[in-house]
Amino acid sequence: MTVSTLATSVASPRKATAAILANAVLIVIALCFLLPLAWLVLASLDVKATYQTQIPEQLSLDNFAAVFNPELTFLPLWNSLLLSGGAAVVTVLASVLAAYPLSRYTMRFNKPFMYGVLFGTCLPITAIMVPVYSLFVRLNLLDSIPATIFFMAATSLPMAIWMTKNFMDSVPVSLEEAAWVDGASAMNALRRIVVPLMRPGLSVVFIFVFIQAWGNFFVPFVLLLSPSKQPAAVSIYSFFGQYGAIAYGQLAAFSVLYSVPVILLYVLVSRGMGGSFTMSGAIKG
Amino acid sequence: MTANTVSRPPRETVTGSGPSGSGPRRRPRGRTLTRVLPLAPAVVLLAIFLIGPVIWSFYGSFTDAALTGSSAQDPQWVGLDNYLTLFTDPVFPLSLWLTFVFVVASAIVGQNFLGLGIALLTNRASKVVSAVVGTAVVAAWVLPEIVAAFVAYAYFSEDGTLNQVLAAAGMTGPNWLYSFPMLSIILANAWRGTAFSMMVYRAALNDVPVEVTEAAMIDGADGIKRLTWITIPMIKNSIATNLMLITLQTLSVFTLIWVMTAGGPGNESTTLPIMAFQEAFKFGDIGYGTAIATVMLLIGAAFSLVYIRALRPEKV
Repeated sequence: MTVSTLATSVASPRKATAAILANAVLIVIALCFLLPLAWLVLASLDVKATYQTQIPEQLSLDNFAAVFNPELTFLPLWNSLLLSGGAAVVTVLASVLAAYPLSRYTMRFNKPFMYGVLFGTCLPITAIMVPVYSLFVRLNLLDSIPATIFFMAATSLPMAIWMTKNFMDSVPVSLEEAAWVDGASAMNALRRIVVPLMRPGLSVVFIFVFIQAWGNFFVPFVLLLSPSKQPAAVSIYSFFGQYGAIAYGQLAAFSVLYSVPVILLYVLVSRGMGGSFTMSGAIKG
Repeated sequence: MTANTVSRPPRETVTGSGPSGSGPRRRPRGRTLTRVLPLAPAVVLLAIFLIGPVIWSFYGSFTDAALTGSSAQDPQWVGLDNYLTLFTDPVFPLSLWLTFVFVVASAIVGQNFLGLGIALLTNRASKVVSAVVGTAVVAAWVLPEIVAAFVAYAYFSEDGTLNQVLAAAGMTGPNWLYSFPMLSIILANAWRGTAFSMMVYRAALNDVPVEVTEAAMIDGADGIKRLTWITIPMIKNSIATNLMLITLQTLSVFTLIWVMTAGGPGNESTTLPIMAFQEAFKFGDIGYGTAIATVMLLIGAAFSLVYIRALRPEKV
């Protein structure tokens, strides 16, 4: 770190002024981005919250206490966990299995398949919930949690297959070759050697799908009808519709409770990213 | 004859029989099948829940399917009726235009330039400031979309934070969500989505070797010249990828607009996803909503074909 700062400072004598300017502009940008969020945090701690950003007269956790009940918070959060956890597990399993032949064998349809996957990644499939709704009506899958899980998994599969294949390509084949020589089947090699080696990559895919599904509002809003099956994203919207114009503080508290899990997961994955992709070093030296 | 034996060392028979073997000598008929079998779960999922809705979208747009009533039970084939209605509907050109404005202003101008600007500035700024601005920008992006939408709603509402700030500066702010609905959702979407562009550009800039810019510096190129002639050309692939991805993401933004303005007032912020939803679930015309969804699919497909052709990823 010190070496690189030294090197650039020697190369550019005007760095000091530029740095002050850059810092000033960035601090202004950071304030602009944080300002809307300040309301969320302050209002959740303020019993008399409005849409104004204000320092609460007295800090209290009453808003949290008010929404802290099974019907309003726990059941929706459990449903969210079920939906996003289910979607993430299904996606990771399906994409690991699919990535193996795509990464390890040279087959005629590899290329068209991967192009198809890339094309699928780009389709605005979550924007076309109207035909999805009528397809679900026709298949009698409306208001079914498993079907919604599979739909969410399918929409994140193209991206997940793409990522998983790239991660798998970076796991050296020579480790598996040793296993094949010892008589292990392809599936055994995948389970015992490849998957453990790409655990960091797979957890990135898992968390990526989980965060997306956790935050998704439109899909469960259209596909799940009974309140007892709806995840937090939808129940928070109904709460807003019913009490939003009065209970700002509770709305904010509910939003905070619902956001904390994904924020923690994001911190986890961004911390882990730094040193986790060193496994390809297993083959060197 | 001798060459044949040389090119086939005894070791290769070992690897050749393993799953990685590409030797044409022994190819049992069932082997390809066993090899592609692991693809099955993914293929089945994609066929039912991804290709299914796409086909259904094309099919449904030719029917008079409704939310309730007799056409809900037994939709009739109506040919191009939905599309004829669509092209004579005055809301459709407006909606198309608003979607275009929304994508260009919030994604291509807002997120893209802001993200690039932040990424370039963090290279010169102190570590602490870069970390703080990175966290602030990413925070808006990590939040669940419905929470981000509420926060934006509160921020732009008449007695919200934005007008508080303006009042502190001695100005009376308008009711943003009613008077300037498009501006509000554009700013909100730029706020929410800049993190993605910022992360793409930070990664891209890290890959630009310092030696190249320093060589240009020694040759006397100033900051702006270095940026336009060295840095930008070197990250042009990342720029293309990023523009494409944020365009497609912004094209399908629903929740943010739905919570902030619900397409209103009137139709002043009705982008295509909002229009499709309203036609289908507010006015009960599933067939018509499906036709709008099909148009969106076609726009998305066109964009992604251009993108895939232009980029032609070699690592497939």
